[in-house]
Amino acid sequence: MTPSLRMLRVAEHRNETPWTKTIRFKDTVDARPGQFVMVWVPGVDEFPMSISYMGDRFGITYQIVGDGTKALSKAAEGDIVGIRGPFGRGFSITGKRILVVAGGAGIAPTAPLVEAATKKGVAVRLVLGAKSSAELVFENRCAAAGAEIHVSTDDGSKGQKGFATGLASSLIEKERYDSVYACGPERMIVAMTDICRKKGLPMQASVERIMKCGIGVCDSCALDGKHVCTDGPVFDLEELEKFSELGKTRLDRTGRKTGI
Amino acid sequence: MCGLRLRNPTMLASGVLDETAATMVEVARAGAGAVVTKSVGRSPREGHANPCVVELDVGLLNAMGLPNPGIEYFSEEVKAVKREGVTVIGSVIGGSEDELAEVAALMADAGADAVELNLSCPHAKGLGTEIGSTPENVERVCRASKERIKVPLFAKLTPNTSSISNLAKAAEMGGADAVVAINTLKGMAISPEARMPILANRFGGLSGPAIRPIGVRCVYEIHDAVEIPVIGVGGISTGRDALEYIMAGATAVQVGTAVWTRGPGVFKSICDDISRFMDEYGYSKVDDMVGAAHDTKP
Repeated sequence: MTPSLRMLRVAEHRNETPWTKTIRFKDTVDARPGQFVMVWVPGVDEFPMSISYMGDRFGITYQIVGDGTKALSKAAEGDIVGIRGPFGRGFSITGKRILVVAGGAGIAPTAPLVEAATKKGVAVRLVLGAKSSAELVFENRCAAAGAEIHVSTDDGSKGQKGFATGLASSLIEKERYDSVYACGPERMIVAMTDICRKKGLPMQASVERIMKCGIGVCDSCALDGKHVCTDGPVFDLEELEKFSELGKTRLDRTGRKTGI
Repeated sequence: MCGLRLRNPTMLASGVLDETAATMVEVARAGAGAVVTKSVGRSPREGHANPCVVELDVGLLNAMGLPNPGIEYFSEEVKAVKREGVTVIGSVIGGSEDELAEVAALMADAGADAVELNLSCPHAKGLGTEIGSTPENVERVCRASKERIKVPLFAKLTPNTSSISNLAKAAEMGGADAVVAINTLKGMAISPEARMPILANRFGGLSGPAIRPIGVRCVYEIHDAVEIPVIGVGGISTGRDALEYIMAGATAVQVGTAVWTRGPGVFKSICDDISRFMDEYGYSKVDDMVGAAHDTKP
């Protein structure tokens, strides 16, 4: 029973794209790639956020989507932000050759995965999908880590035109991988689950739901009796296949299942 | 208890892992003898904004704000849990005696094995404690709900009062078949760095080990005050904790916050602890221990 809320000072706050920012803190948070923190912007909101930089000068990378992230985006160096966690089950790196598929904001937790994997000597292919070239994040960072990068953009402004899943699927046809990792929009995760099931490939994916407590008590992030905050956010193929709600419904703030 | 047969004396407390049918079934499979649902009202509620929990070294402070999908939707969740053969106690909230009674009736219609009136949530305006803080109110709302249901009626009482025994007596007068004690204690945590309360709702309810001595004392007092069974809740995470409540007078216990620290396996662990104690100290049934601490003077 340990209080996990820490009030941290912002060390650096930078724009990745016009809508995506990275915030780094002066403090250390030891976490595994794929784990998340609850971010408290005092007086505004608290929300879950994947960790994009582990260890020293730990950081998060986020898109401005609501009041909470809008307020967070105004935090300047030296300002204070509350952090609870790290929480949840992250990715486990298995195999010698892996394929990582990141769609949009899904790159945030996968960049540290790519770094951890290449550091272990694992060969990493990264499919990086975005709406357009202006919205690509961490391409250079992942390249510097040693990953072979394949870009897809919805509008064709860079790399292959289309969705990340199309590009990932053609790579899987061409090459052998020991394991596949996915993070991005839920329809992308569902599509990758189908591909990996058919190919008999082990897979892990990070899933999002509305989160309130973050510690496995409130049931707000329930997914077929599992909890994204404590059982996930990373689930393996066997678990993903069993989820009847994946890609179909999610709980709203009242606990009603609503269509995705 | 009250005509309900429980396979063991532990229940999942209201508000923890009980918003969806699938989760409640998982908790029952992990060992809970019964599950109490999230408190449900007539209409959907989103609950309070985040942050809605503060993790403390002595327990958990929460102001979830009674989020629930409304009784019409939730009836299907109750039915789904019943289909799996799980004993379900439906917790209900309402802003008036009529509303509480109406939701209680719908909860019973959905198949709940008993209905628990939440007369004690300390952090939702117009609900919970604000309905259940005086004996007069408690008696009135219990009577109104009792008239509408055939299944047992439990009244969950607040410790945020000068005399919880008086509330228990009022519940008994109003026809409640059992009382549940205690709900969380009203509390607050402040971040000195942010210069403000951490919870978006500012104050919330404290649960966990810190409140166990208060809960045990409340159950002890209530046991002396009423004839109906008492269900003990507040800071139970081991069999020994449960035995304190049982010997204070509880027929069964509920467990909530320990699910955070020990996971859903906590129910089986508590039951195993109790069995071992009973073997060692020569008790053949839980009933023989209920209120046992009243028989001997310290």
